Amino acid sequence: MIWSSATEFFAMGGYAVYVWGSYGVAACLLAAELWLLARRRRTLLRRLGRNFTAPDRRP
Amino acid sequence: MAAGLWRFASPQVFYPLAGRMLPWFFGAAVMFALAGLYVGLLVAPTDFQQGDAYRIIFVHVPAAWMSMFIYLVMAFWCAVGLAMNTRLSFMMALALAPTGALMTCLALWTGSLWGKPTWGTWWVWDARLTSELILLFLYIGFLSLHAAIDDMRRADKAAAVLALVGVVNVPIIYFSVKWWNTLHQGASVSLTRAPSMAATMLSGMLLMALAAWMYSIAASLMRVRAIILEREAEADWVRALGDVPVPRASR
Repeated sequence: MIWSSATEFFAMGGYAVYVWGSYGVAACLLAAELWLLARRRRTLLRRLGRNFTAPDRRP
Repeated sequence: MAAGLWRFASPQVFYPLAGRMLPWFFGAAVMFALAGLYVGLLVAPTDFQQGDAYRIIFVHVPAAWMSMFIYLVMAFWCAVGLAMNTRLSFMMALALAPTGALMTCLALWTGSLWGKPTWGTWWVWDARLTSELILLFLYIGFLSLHAAIDDMRRADKAAAVLALVGVVNVPIIYFSVKWWNTLHQGASVSLTRAPSMAATMLSGMLLMALAAWMYSIAASLMRVRAIILEREAEADWVRALGDVPVPRASR
């Protein structure tokens, strides 16, 4: 551990905006991608479920 | 062995296999990321020249590596698809493109945030930055071209040709810092000589790179599963899957 306090850690030697701007945007983009992927699968499964049980497709 | 592997070229066989692999890759991504963040943010010392601004490297370099590598893999699947006309190859290529574009965006964004404190500018039109921006346009072009053509088989093939033409850009990005005089620094890690950075910095970067690998594989597998379901929606095997919920009323 190279930091002596949490304040020092978050200040990043004066480069907080640049460092946390990088890490924060990276985290947000990855989270957004995963959310979109999960949503795509949910909608898809819902649509498929409806298709399978539509009257003309029932065995 | 080869015949055994061919089996996985079938979407029907690959879909459940990808589903079983997913939690492992996501798990590995989280573990490597936690280890990498720990080493990179809490253990690695402050750089004597750049101060703590250099810590952007732990996001920047893995994202930049993945942006180029994903493009190569995507172009590989496009070539396989064009040569052997295998359905799954094109689906793989299409599944990789958005994650590749995301990594390219991240490389450019973090690079910009790193450029400001160290070079005094957000952006310069130097060879490394410009060729990386072209990579982003190639990903976007690939996806837009695919989306613009209605006939799926034609869309697959046209986009694949575009991806293969664009592959020439990847070595240009990689070697740009050698071939031209760029503001961007040369490679800190290369296969031919010892890395020019402290051991903890290097290990943090490699851990984050592994995390980026695992994440990219997991996200692409998730997307390829969705693409398989979309394209094979009419197939009997999709019906037989336990994945698709049947509304209660019609049971």
